[in-house]
Amino acid sequence: MTINELAQKSVQYRRNILKYIVGANAGHTGGSLSCIDILNVLYNYVLNVSPGTAKSPDRDRYIQSKGHTVEALYVVLADKGFFPESDLETLCKYKSHYIGHPTKKVAGVEQNTGSLGHGLPLSVGTAISAKLDEKPFRVFTLLGDGELPEGSNWEAALLAPQYRLDNLCAIVDKNGLQITAPTADVCSTDPLDKKFEAFGWAVRQVDGHDFQALVDAFDALPFEPGKPSLIIANTVKGKGVSYMENQLKWHHGVPNKEQYEQALAELKE
Amino acid sequence: MGEVSVVTDKKAQANLDVFSNTLQELASTDRQILVVTSDSRGSGKLVPFGQKYPAQHIEIGIAEQNLVGVAAGLASTGKKVFAVSPACFLTARSFEQIKTDVAYSDNPVKLVGISAGVSYGALGSTHHSLHDFAALRAVHNLIIVAPADNFETEQAIRLAAETEHPIYLRFGKKAMPLLSEENQQFEFGKGRIVHEGDDLVLIATGETVYPALQAARQLESIHGIRATVVSMHTIKPLDYNLLATVAAKGCPILTVEEHSVFGGLGEACASFLIQNGFRNKFKIMGIPDEYTVTGSQVEIFNHYGLSDSGIAEEGLKLINK
Repeated sequence: MTINELAQKSVQYRRNILKYIVGANAGHTGGSLSCIDILNVLYNYVLNVSPGTAKSPDRDRYIQSKGHTVEALYVVLADKGFFPESDLETLCKYKSHYIGHPTKKVAGVEQNTGSLGHGLPLSVGTAISAKLDEKPFRVFTLLGDGELPEGSNWEAALLAPQYRLDNLCAIVDKNGLQITAPTADVCSTDPLDKKFEAFGWAVRQVDGHDFQALVDAFDALPFEPGKPSLIIANTVKGKGVSYMENQLKWHHGVPNKEQYEQALAELKE
Repeated sequence: MGEVSVVTDKKAQANLDVFSNTLQELASTDRQILVVTSDSRGSGKLVPFGQKYPAQHIEIGIAEQNLVGVAAGLASTGKKVFAVSPACFLTARSFEQIKTDVAYSDNPVKLVGISAGVSYGALGSTHHSLHDFAALRAVHNLIIVAPADNFETEQAIRLAAETEHPIYLRFGKKAMPLLSEENQQFEFGKGRIVHEGDDLVLIATGETVYPALQAARQLESIHGIRATVVSMHTIKPLDYNLLATVAAKGCPILTVEEHSVFGGLGEACASFLIQNGFRNKFKIMGIPDEYTVTGSQVEIFNHYGLSDSGIAEEGLKLINK
C-alpha cells in the first residue's frame, strides 16, 4: 500500500471509529484517534497476518496492551476481513462479543487485555517462544504512555534484552494525555528513550501520524541485532478532529449529533 | 492437641521431588515442556531439570507478575508451560496475571505453587499461602489441585501437561507417604476415597489428608469408630457426586485443610451441601482467621489441631455434639 493509500485508509478508519462510538454511545475516542495511524501501518504494511492465517503458528502477533482503544483495533480488523463490519453495530451492546476491551472471542484478537501493563509481558513470552523454536514470526505490542507506570511493564522491559528479543517491537502511543491530566503532570516517564536504552533496548522516535516515518521505522526493524526495539510514536490525542485534539475530555467523550457531523465534515477522503 | 505423626515410610518423597522427577521424564521426550521460574529453581527442586534441559528452562528473575505474563505468552504458542514459584507470591503478587493473562485469555499455563500453605512455617505470614484456594476459586476457568501423596502428584503432573486449559497445582515440602495401595484412580475433579466407614466422613486435601487418614485409624483402633477419608485433591471443579454420596450416609462431616477456614475446601463443601438439602453435622478445620502462630509447619499443624489426634478429637466431638 502506498503512503497516499495509507493516508486515505486512516480517514476511513477515523470516520468508522466515530461512527461506532456514536452508535454504542461509549468508547475511548481520543486514544483511538491517536493510535489509528500506527494500527493502519501495522495491519496494511507490516504484519503477515490475515483472516486466512489467523491461526497459523508462523503469523506475526499483535497484542494491544492499551486495550481501551479497542475501537481502533475493531475497525482495522473489520476492514481486513476478520469479521463483517456490520458486527460493530453491536459494539458494547448486551451479549455482544464486541465489548469495550479486546477479547479472543473477536476474530483476529490475540490476547484478552484491558487491565494495563499486560501486553509487554505477554509479548515477551510470545517472542521467547519464537526464539526457542527458531520461528520467523515477530511480535508487536502497542502501549499507551499513560500505562507505563505499571510495574509489570518494567519487569518485562528488563527481561526482553536478557533473551536478545530482536523479534519484539513495542510501540508507545505517546499522546501525552491520560484520564486525569497530562501524563507529564501525573507520573512522568520521560526521558522514555533514555530509560529504555539504559535497559538494553534500541529506540527510535517518530511522528506517529507521519506514514512515511512509521513505514521507515518498521522497515528498519530490528534497530539493532540482538536487541528488542522500541518505537516512541509521538501522537496527538483526538487526532483529526479539531475540537478533540489535545483535549482531556475526549479521553472517553462521545460526540453529540452536531459534533459528529462536524467531525465527519473535517474527515474528508 | 496431639501431634502430627512422624512419617516412617522410607519410600515417601516430598511431592515437590516427585514433581521435579516427573517433569524431567516428560521433558526428555517432549520438547514443548517448559519450566519457567522466578529465581525459584532451587526452592522448586528444579536445578537438575535446568542442567539437563537448559533450552526448556526459562528464568525470569524475581518478578512474579512477569513470570505469569511471560508464561501466558509462551503457552499461547503451544508450549506446555509450568510456571513455578512459591505459592504465596505466585497467587498474590501475580493474581491479576492469573485472572487475566491465564484464566480469562485461556492460555493453558500450569501454575505451580510450591511450598504452599505453611510449608515455610517459621518464615512467617509473607511466606504462607492460606488465601490461594479462596482467591483462585473465584476466578473462572481455572482447575485447582492439591495432591496429597506421591501417586496423586505424579498423576496430576502428567495430566496437567496434557490439559489444554489453565490449572493451578499446589505442593508442599514434606515427605508424603502413599495413602492407599488399593485406590490408584486419579482424575481431576474426582475425589479419591482412601479409607471407608459409615460413622464419620473426613474430607481433606493436600498435606492434611495423611493426618486425617491417621486420625481415622486412631478412631477405629481406640473407639471402634469407622470413618470415610476422602482425598479431595481437586478443589475446583469440586466432586459434587462424591460429596452427595458421602453426605447421604447421614453421618457428621469434618473437612480439613492447610488454608484459611474462609473460602477454601470446607466452605466449598458447605456451600454445596446446604444448597442441596444435606443437614449433616459439619465442621471446617483449617487455619483460623488470626495472625498465624509462629513455628515450623509441624508446630503450626499441631497448634491448630491439624494433627492425627487433633483431627480425631474434633471428629469425636462432632459425633457427640
